[in-house]
Amino acid sequence: MASITLRDIVKRYGIGPKANEVIHGVNAEIQDHEFVVIVGPSGCGKSTLLRMVAGLEEVTGGEILIGNKVVNNLEPAKRDIAMVFQNYALYPHMSVFDNMAYGLKIAKVPKDEIKTRVDKAAKILELGQLLERKPRELSGGQRQRVAMGRAIVRQPQVFLFDEPLSNLDAKLRAQTRLEIQKLHRELGITSLFVTHDQVEAMTLAQRMIVMNGGHMEQFGTPEEVYHQPSSVFVASFIGSPPMNLLRHAPGARPGTLLGVRPEHLDVGTDGWEVTVDTVELLGAERLIYARLDGEPLIVRVEEGTLAPRPGDRLHVAPRENRLHWFNADTGKRI
Amino acid sequence: MIDRRPWLTVLSHAVMLIGVLIVAFPLYLAFIASTHTTQEIVQAPMPLLPGNNMWESYKAALFGSGKLGSNTTVAHMMWVSFVTAMVITVGKIAISLLSAFAIVFFRFRFKMLCFWAIFVTLMLPVEVRILPTYKVVADLGMLNSYAGLTLPLIASATATFLFRQFFLTVPDELVEAARMDGAGPMRFFWDVLVPLSKTSIAALFVIQFIYGWNQYLWPLLMTTSEDMYPVVIGIKRMVAGGGDAAIDWNVAMATAILAMLPPTFVVVLMQKWFVKGLVDTEK
Repeated sequence: MASITLRDIVKRYGIGPKANEVIHGVNAEIQDHEFVVIVGPSGCGKSTLLRMVAGLEEVTGGEILIGNKVVNNLEPAKRDIAMVFQNYALYPHMSVFDNMAYGLKIAKVPKDEIKTRVDKAAKILELGQLLERKPRELSGGQRQRVAMGRAIVRQPQVFLFDEPLSNLDAKLRAQTRLEIQKLHRELGITSLFVTHDQVEAMTLAQRMIVMNGGHMEQFGTPEEVYHQPSSVFVASFIGSPPMNLLRHAPGARPGTLLGVRPEHLDVGTDGWEVTVDTVELLGAERLIYARLDGEPLIVRVEEGTLAPRPGDRLHVAPRENRLHWFNADTGKRI
Repeated sequence: MIDRRPWLTVLSHAVMLIGVLIVAFPLYLAFIASTHTTQEIVQAPMPLLPGNNMWESYKAALFGSGKLGSNTTVAHMMWVSFVTAMVITVGKIAISLLSAFAIVFFRFRFKMLCFWAIFVTLMLPVEVRILPTYKVVADLGMLNSYAGLTLPLIASATATFLFRQFFLTVPDELVEAARMDGAGPMRFFWDVLVPLSKTSIAALFVIQFIYGWNQYLWPLLMTTSEDMYPVVIGIKRMVAGGGDAAIDWNVAMATAILAMLPPTFVVVLMQKWFVKGLVDTEK
């Protein structure tokens, strides 16, 4: 078991003035046994960050520590980590057993020890019947489990997940999410999980790193990220539908943005007067797309309440304790 | 193609049958000739049904010596051919695998230059560089040796290119997974790349074995001693010179049939793999 420390991590491609900097100094401290999710839109550098921890990308600047040891120049295999890839990266010509055992074979683990470890992992992941199969004879979900099994048998200090659920269908994804949570509870191995899906991030993370454009925007528990987003970006990225950001809200000081989530607006008799554009029914709830003095505003109401029609005028009141103020220039929380 | 008309079917079958006949008739004739005595063959018309001299013809070809234009037996020539073809094939595959491995998976200076240097040699047929090659081999004292027969033919741009194209389809994640598992480059090569390329290797084996077996010009230039003649040259020497009467047609034809057998075997045995290697890639 180990903690992971990122100190001023910088990644640049190329050298000299033409160099392209993609990660601009990330600092984070991941505790032992913690499950941390890195989330952000595509191209934000989250995968690059993970690959640097894995040792698949060189670190241009800063230090990565795993268990208080600087690992910048260590080969991936020497970092005592295991990684689950997006496309699983199973060896197509090897059986499930050999896929899981390969790393151990190279590490010269004795044969019977390999067998015990693989059998144990197969039992946890319910792969017992499939050990002799080739990867192409498995379904997507089973392949995903083999990839996790390959990580488990190495008994590493750290698990790295690179969008492991993005190739699964929605149902399987939800199920695997639960399995990963269960696995983490049982094994308690420090984990770093990269995803672009905020639902995955919110449900899996003990703490999450929200990244944007190579910067770490916020590092905190899902509650903190949801209730106190540190910037406009985090506010609009986490939560679905995204937070409303109003420049000309009633009572707003110039140079500020008022953020209020759609679920924190109540339709009633007082408050802001808005004009309804469109209404969407999502099942348990209804989304009202409206305008407040020309600015778009989304309101989320329960399905049971009255459904407004386009063109209607409504009064909505934001909940006072759920307002977020941001600096309009820097985007930072005030 | 889209139309299904009876007369078109008949026509296409007729064309195919004629094609088969054109290809197969000489083979049949060679086989018939190898079962008669020379006297029977030179009579006009030549017999078109098997005779009863088969055993003698093949025995004379395989083990007889002296009057056949050379002093070595066909059995020995076939051995020379077999060794040459095998060394060329295995050597070509080994070298191409390794050079493609270097070109695809390693970053080094002048990598593209190396690739193009290999690729450009595709444009130079053996005949163009045969004199300089001869000079080099002669200076190295490799005339009349297996090394001389095989080494100059081992380098293969075609095979390198084929393996390069295949290696490029291997996903990066697989390479990274192997790195995470602690497999070094050669370990990755042996444990992952070679097993994945086995269908391509099989296809190349067939092609290159036949290529090696059928070498004529190069052995003709560089072998002067009869015990280094491959069978293809042996056939040529049996039917050369002295006019019709002096040639043991039955033995020459038996030799030709014998010379056809090993490539046929290789093709038949590896057909399944060969087709797989050309058609699909296992990923």
